[in-house]
Amino acid sequence: MTAPRDKLGRPVVVVTGMGIVTSLGAGKADNWSKLVAGESGIRTITRFPVDGLKTTMAGTVDFVSVDPFSSTGLSERMAELVTQEALEQAGIGAKGDFPGPLFLAVAPVEVEWPQRRELGRAVGKPDFTYDDLLRISGGGKYTAYHHRFMFGSVAAHLAETFGTKGSPISLSTACASGATSIQLGVEAIRRGETDAALCVATDGTVNPEALVRFSLLSALSTQNDPPQAASRPFSKNRDGFVMAEGAGALVLESYEAATARGAKILGVIAGCGELTDSFHRTRSSPDGKPIIGCMNKTLADAGMTPDQIDHINAHGTATPENDKMEFNTTSAVFGELAQKIPVTSNKSMVGHTISAAGAVEAIFSLLTLEHQRIPPTINYETPDPTILFNVVGNKARDARVTAVMSNSFGFGGQNASLILTREPA
Amino acid sequence: MTDTASKPGQTEVWITGIGLATSLGEGLDANWAALQEKRVNVDEKGFAPFIVHPLMPVTFDSQIPKKGDQRQMEAWQRIGTYAAGLALDSAGIKGNKDILSKIDMVVAAGGGERDLNVDTGVLTAEAKGANAPGFLNERLMSDLRPTLFLAQLSNLLAGNIAIVHGLGGTSRTFMGEEVAGADAARIALARIASGESDIALVGGSHNGERKDLMVLYEFGDFNLKDKFAPVWARKDHSGFALGSAGAFLVLESKAHAQARGAKPFAKLSSVVADLARRKQPGDMAATLEKLWAKLPRREGKGAIITGATGAEPATSEERGFLKGHADYPVRATGTMFGHTMETQFPLGIALAALAISRGALFPPNDSTGTEIEMQGAPTQIVVMGAGHWRGEGMALVEAVS
Repeated sequence: MTAPRDKLGRPVVVVTGMGIVTSLGAGKADNWSKLVAGESGIRTITRFPVDGLKTTMAGTVDFVSVDPFSSTGLSERMAELVTQEALEQAGIGAKGDFPGPLFLAVAPVEVEWPQRRELGRAVGKPDFTYDDLLRISGGGKYTAYHHRFMFGSVAAHLAETFGTKGSPISLSTACASGATSIQLGVEAIRRGETDAALCVATDGTVNPEALVRFSLLSALSTQNDPPQAASRPFSKNRDGFVMAEGAGALVLESYEAATARGAKILGVIAGCGELTDSFHRTRSSPDGKPIIGCMNKTLADAGMTPDQIDHINAHGTATPENDKMEFNTTSAVFGELAQKIPVTSNKSMVGHTISAAGAVEAIFSLLTLEHQRIPPTINYETPDPTILFNVVGNKARDARVTAVMSNSFGFGGQNASLILTREPA
Repeated sequence: MTDTASKPGQTEVWITGIGLATSLGEGLDANWAALQEKRVNVDEKGFAPFIVHPLMPVTFDSQIPKKGDQRQMEAWQRIGTYAAGLALDSAGIKGNKDILSKIDMVVAAGGGERDLNVDTGVLTAEAKGANAPGFLNERLMSDLRPTLFLAQLSNLLAGNIAIVHGLGGTSRTFMGEEVAGADAARIALARIASGESDIALVGGSHNGERKDLMVLYEFGDFNLKDKFAPVWARKDHSGFALGSAGAFLVLESKAHAQARGAKPFAKLSSVVADLARRKQPGDMAATLEKLWAKLPRREGKGAIITGATGAEPATSEERGFLKGHADYPVRATGTMFGHTMETQFPLGIALAALAISRGALFPPNDSTGTEIEMQGAPTQIVVMGAGHWRGEGMALVEAVS
């Protein structure tokens, strides 16, 4: 028997439904079987021409169709699919009537090139200025594009489809967005504002300009051939992350509400922490203090000590800087345990799902707890000798896992960590 | 339920800092003086036929001393980082490392500021026949500035504020047009009221002088064209005139403020928000009534400051709602400041707090009679924000008793 409140007297927050889409496939079953088999979802991009790009592969989700195509449309469709899966599992509320708020992590929305090109063609002459584009934008021909490219459009669609309550929040904390959506849900339940929250994170932004933007910041791997071997977290020859698409949804409930309705509890969000790094727009403070503080805050929030964490689901992007920084900061928090606790990076297989990553990896962490099996970090052929993590390299490992720390770090100094457990502490 | 109201046993939340950089000027005195004089700063020529409320030029160096930092931002981020600095100054915590290292930030942001020359260059080259498969890729690889991406990311307003002013607590960025500003205040208030946080910087910024944004809103025929008119006088000539502004607030628990001897402008008692389906006429007004009923209003002199956009049908629905509450004098910030999107709601809270602290509502600026004079000092002001397309929010700002 466990108490409905945690050590700090707050409602315990549990997970009762999960849904996931990644480049590996749709749904928990498909994703999990491929993940523990060490399969990669990274492939050469076929959605658009890759001529002239330094990076030509990504973890695209090509099996979800959207017409007319847009990155925001794909984000929305994936979010819908994962929410359906999570709600079916949770069996909460009624169809179109979810009894709580929506927190949506979504990539910043903008008018995209296909629509911009359509506008360019509609001008109907070879020489024109931006004012000409502006002049033909009105009149009702492109009303659908206004709705599509509102920042709040994906959340509004989900809120209307699933009947979430109140004002849905669309948020971005860059690569930590998925973790932040979960944190907002946890906080709302702990404050007693609601018994349930729907936390969704989605990112479908593998498009030419997004690839170029990350390329210009030298953030992406250029090891294009074979694409499956591009993402190499913790390896000496890692050279950047691999962009990817995906979505994750979690139904959070108070332990009390979940047990009262006889829901199956899939896991517990035992702790969340967040700390801003004010050092640089794209780099972590060299002393790692903000990340160290973030992990410590998360442990404190969970009322746990480092020795109670028996697995780390790393941010592990495979950029030269991130993985080194993650080992150094983890060592500062966990001491020698940092070299003993099994560590893995799901991004070796699904790539970096950016805005969705925090939620996608929280779901993989919860599946790790359920199956007592840690998915591998593939492409781990040449370990970086300065990163002394106990990496679960190349093959999945059976292990006793009771508490997982999942980390997310993003541009703009965003750091967020979660601690997920099987049972309430 | 997604309401935030100070409940019994919850801590009172004060507004102890306000930072404003708008089309009317920078700082509280300049903005207040402009409101008293019913001054409106619109540019009807620069973006003709569209109308904008351009930022009154500021010396960015005074809040963003490093040129390198300024270069890493686009205008919307510079405006916001500047206004955030003014808010920290106003609260008396600028440079206070103890407080800044733990202050929480909730920012309402858009993003996506584009390089119009790059976009136009690609499109005209394609119009002239450039159609190689990799043409777009190659042009973007060679023409995009690497740092432009950082000026496009929504969360990099918060990132820049953290870097320039040395903030080290939590940082969350909400998107979603107008209601994002209400949600930012709602979550920050909830966190302080429940004891999760002691002090927070909340706000947003917007650069209205952007043709790429005008394209987006023109898709829906939302831009005000040809001739400026007060928000309430646009019924047959609807639309919003984009405005440039940064508006930030320092919210703080009463205990935290008192411990450091900080004086409040006002208290933020409640923020509520919802998403009306807006399928039928009356849907939005019904949601506004629901939100109104949730505010813990008291007896006493009240007023309404609304971010009504001038776009239809939202503004007519809102006018209908306001008719039912005609005992509350109304002010539409869109007339004086233009439509500043995510920033309009924090701007409304800022003006409400300012009006309460100065003991008077600013005068009406309206030719239709919707706005009436108010005698005496307001003790409570309801801030409203109904999005031009989606999202409704309300806040109650009260005098500290």
